[in-house]
Amino acid sequence: MRKLLPFLRGYEKESIIGPLFKLLEAIFELIVPLVMARIIDVGIKNADVPYIWRLGALLVGLGILGLVCSVTAQYYAAKAAAGFGTKLRHALFHHIQQLSYEGIDKEGSSTLVVRMTSDTNQVQAGVNLFLRLFLRSPFIVAGAVVMAFLIDTKAAVIVLVTVPLLSLVIFGIIASSIPLYKKVQKGLDHILLSTKENLEGIRVIRAFRTQNQEKEEYEEKSSDLMQFQLHAGRISALLNPLTYVLVNLGIIAVVWYGGRVVNVGRITQGEVIALVNYMTQILLSLVALASLVISFTKAMASAVRINEVFDLQSEIKEGTEEAEQDQKEIPRVEMRDVTFYYEGSQEPALTHITFQAYAGETIGIIGGTGSGKTSLVNLIPRFYDADEGHVLVNGLDAKTWRIDALRNRVGVVPQRAVLFHGTIRENMQIGREDAGDDEIYDALKTAQALEIVESKPAGLNTVISQGGKNLSGGQRQRLTIARALVRKPHVLILDDSASALDFATDYRLRKALSSDTSGMTVFIVSQRAASIRYADRIIVLDDGEMAGYGSHEELLKECQVYQEICYSQLSREEAQ
Amino acid sequence: MSGRKNTTLKNILLLIKPYMHYMVLSLVFAVISVLLTLYAPILIGDAIDYIIGKGQVDFEAVFYLLKVLAAVIFITSLAQWLMNLCNNILTYRVVKAVRTRAFSQLQILPLKYVDSHQYGEIISRMITDVEQFSDGLLLGFGQLFTGAVTILGTLVFMLSINVKIALVVIVITPLSLFVASFIAKRTYMMFKAQSEARAEMTSLVDEMVGNQKVVQAFGYRDKAMERFDEINKKLEIVSLKAVFFSSLTNPATRFINGLVYTGVGIVGAFAAIQGTISVGRLSSFLSYANQYTKPFNEISNVVTELQNALACARRVFDFIEETPEIQDSEDAIVLGKVDGTLKLEDVSFSYREDVPLLKHLNLDVKPGQKIAIVGPTGCGKTTLINLLMRFYDVDAGQIILGGYDIREVTRDSLRGNYGMVLQETWLKSGTVAENIAYGRPDTPREKIIAAAKAAHAHSFIKRMKNGYDTVIQEQGGNLSQGQKQLLCIARVMLNLPPMLILDEATSSIDTRTEVRIQEAFHRMMQGRTSFIVAHRLSTVREADVILVMKDGNIIEQGSHQELLDQGGFYKGLYESQFAH
Repeated sequence: MRKLLPFLRGYEKESIIGPLFKLLEAIFELIVPLVMARIIDVGIKNADVPYIWRLGALLVGLGILGLVCSVTAQYYAAKAAAGFGTKLRHALFHHIQQLSYEGIDKEGSSTLVVRMTSDTNQVQAGVNLFLRLFLRSPFIVAGAVVMAFLIDTKAAVIVLVTVPLLSLVIFGIIASSIPLYKKVQKGLDHILLSTKENLEGIRVIRAFRTQNQEKEEYEEKSSDLMQFQLHAGRISALLNPLTYVLVNLGIIAVVWYGGRVVNVGRITQGEVIALVNYMTQILLSLVALASLVISFTKAMASAVRINEVFDLQSEIKEGTEEAEQDQKEIPRVEMRDVTFYYEGSQEPALTHITFQAYAGETIGIIGGTGSGKTSLVNLIPRFYDADEGHVLVNGLDAKTWRIDALRNRVGVVPQRAVLFHGTIRENMQIGREDAGDDEIYDALKTAQALEIVESKPAGLNTVISQGGKNLSGGQRQRLTIARALVRKPHVLILDDSASALDFATDYRLRKALSSDTSGMTVFIVSQRAASIRYADRIIVLDDGEMAGYGSHEELLKECQVYQEICYSQLSREEAQ
Repeated sequence: MSGRKNTTLKNILLLIKPYMHYMVLSLVFAVISVLLTLYAPILIGDAIDYIIGKGQVDFEAVFYLLKVLAAVIFITSLAQWLMNLCNNILTYRVVKAVRTRAFSQLQILPLKYVDSHQYGEIISRMITDVEQFSDGLLLGFGQLFTGAVTILGTLVFMLSINVKIALVVIVITPLSLFVASFIAKRTYMMFKAQSEARAEMTSLVDEMVGNQKVVQAFGYRDKAMERFDEINKKLEIVSLKAVFFSSLTNPATRFINGLVYTGVGIVGAFAAIQGTISVGRLSSFLSYANQYTKPFNEISNVVTELQNALACARRVFDFIEETPEIQDSEDAIVLGKVDGTLKLEDVSFSYREDVPLLKHLNLDVKPGQKIAIVGPTGCGKTTLINLLMRFYDVDAGQIILGGYDIREVTRDSLRGNYGMVLQETWLKSGTVAENIAYGRPDTPREKIIAAAKAAHAHSFIKRMKNGYDTVIQEQGGNLSQGQKQLLCIARVMLNLPPMLILDEATSSIDTRTEVRIQEAFHRMMQGRTSFIVAHRLSTVREADVILVMKDGNIIEQGSHQELLDQGGFYKGLYESQFAH
C-alpha cells in the first residue's frame, strides 16, 4: 500500500481535510453524553425547564455541526479516492502498455485485465474507507476514554481496561478467522474450477461415461468446502456473544463502582449514565473498526497484486538508432548464429539460426508443432531479444534500433487474428494513423479482403464488434493482413495467418502479395507445404534447429525433414 | 409471476425441510437473545435509580440487580452463540445440497441445453446464484426476523415505560427511513452511471491488454492511452458523485438518530420533573433511542437483499428443474462390443425447427471401414457425430449399430463402444498420467506410457518438469494446442474401443506427426470402424470411403481416387491446394 501512496499526490489537501473533519464530528458526538448528564443532574434535579430547553437546543446544534463536518469529510475523502484511483489506473495502464512480450507471458493477459479493473476498484474503495472511517473509530475510542477520565479517574480505569480486552477479542477472532476464510475461498475456487471443467468437457465426460466419477469428486470437494465454512463459521460465531459479554461486564463494573463513588459524593447519577454511554460507544466503534479491517485487508491484497504488476519490468531496452535508406547490397533481415531461450526454460527455443533475406524476397518457414517458427519471426520486430548471436534489420542490430522505428518498418500478422471494436476504417488505421481510404482499399484488395468490405452496406464504416465476433475466422485473417499492409512495411511477416483460408483464397493472396508489393520482404510461416513451396528460400525448422535452408527443389532433394513434411501432405508426383 | 414466486418459495421450503429443526431452534434463540438484550438496559436503569446521590445509594438493591444483569448477559450471549451456530449449519448444509443437485443436474442435462446457453450463464447459476441465494436468503431471513422482533420488542418495552416518550421515538424514526430511501434512490442512478463507465473501461482494457501484443506490434500504444484516459476521466467524475452521495446515508441517519435522542432527552426530562419517569428508566429509554433506527436500516437493507436472493433462487431452481435427457428405458439393451456395422436410415435432424440441417441421410458402414467426412464449414460434419454418440437424438429415421436402433440401447453401453477425440481438447486439472488414464484410474503406469508412445506424446511428456506427474494447469495452460491434442489421443489409445471418432482431432498437430499417429491408429484399429472429420485433405486421403457433405447432404461418396475421377466438388476442393 505504501508504494501506492504517491498516487495521492495532488490530493494532499483533500486527504488531510477529510479525516480532520471526521475528527471534528467525532468530538461533537463525544460531547453528547456529557450534555445529557447535565440535563439529568442539573435540569431534572432543579426542575429547571429553560435549562433543559437550552441544552436540548445545544444537542440539536451539535447534531447539525456533526452533520456538516461529516458531509464535508465524505466529500473530500471521495474526491481524494476518485483522484487516486484515476491516477493509479492511468499509471498501471501505461505500465502494462510498455511491458515486453516476456512480461505479458509471465503474468498472462487475463490476470492483467483483472488487476487493471477489479483490483484498482478495491484499492480505490480502500482509500476512501481509510480517509473516511479508519481514523474515526480509534478516535472515538480514545475520546471516550478521555471523557471518562474527565468524569472520574478511577472509573475511567475500568473503561481503559475494557478497551484492550475488547480489542484482543475482536482482532483475535478476525486474525484467526482470516486464514480459515482463505481456505474457504480456495474451496470455492475448486468448486468453480470443477464446474467449469464439467461444463466444457461435457461431451468427453459423457463419452467416457464418467458422470458418476465426476459427481463423487465434486461431492468430495463440496464436503471439504462445507467443512471449511463450518469451521470458519464456528470462530466468527463467537464474535458477537463475546464482545457483548465483555462490554456488559464493563458496564456492571462501572455501575457498581459508580454506586460507591456516588455514595461518597464524588460523581453524580447523570455521570454514571454518561459512563455507561461511553462504554457502549466504545463497543460500537470497535465493531465498526473490525468490519473496516476486513474490507481493508481485501484492499491491501489488491494493492499487493497491483504492485506485482508495477514490479514487472520490461527487459527490452530502447535503442536510439534508425537505419537510413535501404541499401540493395545489405540484407533487409539477417540472423547470425541466433540462439534464443524463453524465460525459465532450460531448452533453447531456437539454436544457431543463420539466414539472410533481401528486398523483394519471400522466405518460407516450415516445421512441426513447437519447432520454433513463431519464435523466429518474433525476434525480427524485437518482441523478444536473442540471447546469443545477432538479429540485423537493414544491417543494424535490432537491439540498437529505436523500437517504434523498427516496428514501423515491420508489418506483423499474428497467428490469432485480432481486430478491435470499432469500424473497419479505424481498424485499418491502426496500421497507419493517417492512411486514406485509397490506401486502405489498396491494402484490402491485396489481402483479398475487398469482398468483405463490399458485401457490407456500410463499407469501411462497418462496425466490428469486440474480438471481431461478427466476422468469420477467414474474414478476420484477411482483414488483419490488410491492416499490416496499410503500413506499407518493408518487411511483412505472415505467422500462419492464412490457416483459415481455403486453398484457393490462400493462393490468390500469395499471388497478389508478390505482384502488388514489389520490394517488400515477406516471411510466410506455415504448416502447409503448398503455401511455401514457391518461396525464394525455405527455412525448415526441427526442434528449434535449422534442418534445411534452400529452395523447394533443393530441399526436396537433400533435406529429410522437408521430404517427410511434403510427402505427408502431397503425393510424390504433386511434390515434384 | 406470483405463481412462480410461490413455487420458488415452496421449493425453498422443501430444501430447508431436512434442516427444519435448526431453523426452529435458530428462531427460538433469536427471540430469547433479542428480548433479553432489550431487558438489559432496563436492569441497568433500575440499578441507576438506586444510585441517587451522596449517601443515597442502596447497595443491596444495586448488587441484586447487577447479579440479575450478569445472568441475563450470560444467557443472552449463549443464545446468540447458539443462534449463530444454527444459522451456519442451516446455511452451509442447504447450500451444499443445492450445489450437489445443480451439479447432478449438469450431468443429466441434454446437450441441447448446454449448447444453447453461454457457459458463463450456466456457471453463474451454479456458483454465484447459489452463493447469493444462501447468503441472502438464509442469513437475510435471520436478520429480518431478529430485526422485526427487536422493533416490536422495543416498542412494547418503551410503551410500557412511558407512552409520551415512546410517541416521540415513533414519530421521528420514520424520518430516518425516509431520508435513507431518498438518498438510495438518488444514488442508484449514479451507481448505474459508475458501473456503465466501469464496463466501458473493462471492455477497453480487455481489448487492449488482452491483445497487448497486437497493440505493441502496431505501435498503437499512444492512441490506446488516449482512449483510456478519456474513459478514465469520465469514470473519475461519476465515481466521485456515486461514492459521495452514497456515503451521505450514514451521517444523515446518524443526525436523525441524534434528533430522536435529543427528543427523548427533553421530553424525558420534563416527565422526570413531573415524576412520571425515574432517571434510571430515562437512561434505559436513551439507550433504546440510540439504537432504535438500527433495525429499521437493517431491515430495509435486508429486504433488497432478500428480493435479490429470491431472484437468484428462482434462477437456480429453473436450472435444477430443466427437463433432463430422456432417461434410458427400463428394458434398454446393454450393448456388448459391436463388430462395427453401422447403418443410417433416412436420418433427418435439425437444431432449430426452422433451419433444417441433415436431410434424409443414408449410410452403410461395414466393419473395419475408415470413413472420412469432408466439406465446408457448417455442412453438418460435427452434427453427424453428435447423432452417432447420441448427444442428440435424430428427428426422423434411425441409426442402427450392431443390429439395434441406438435409442433402444443404454447410452452408457453405446458410448462405451466409441472412442472420441474432438478438436476442442479437454483436459482436467490433474497430472498428465491422470488425464491419459481418465475414466480408468487404476491403469498401471506401463499401460499409460504405452498409450502415450502410440500417440507420439511420450517424448514431450518426458521433457516436462515432472514427466507423467506434471500437473496440467487450468485448461492445459502450460501445453500447446498440439500437445493437448496428443494427450487426448493418448487417452483414447488407452481405451481402444471398437469404434473411433476423430473430429478434427489432429488439426493442430503437424502433418509428419499426424501421419505417424494415423499409422498407430491403423495398427490398433485393425478391423475396427473409424470416422474422421478433417479440414486437411492429406488427412483423409487414405480413407476407404470419403463422404463429401454440403448443406446437410452427402453429395459425393467414394474413395479418394474414385472421387477425383468423378471430377466433382471434391476434385475442386483438392486441386485448389496445389494452385500457383
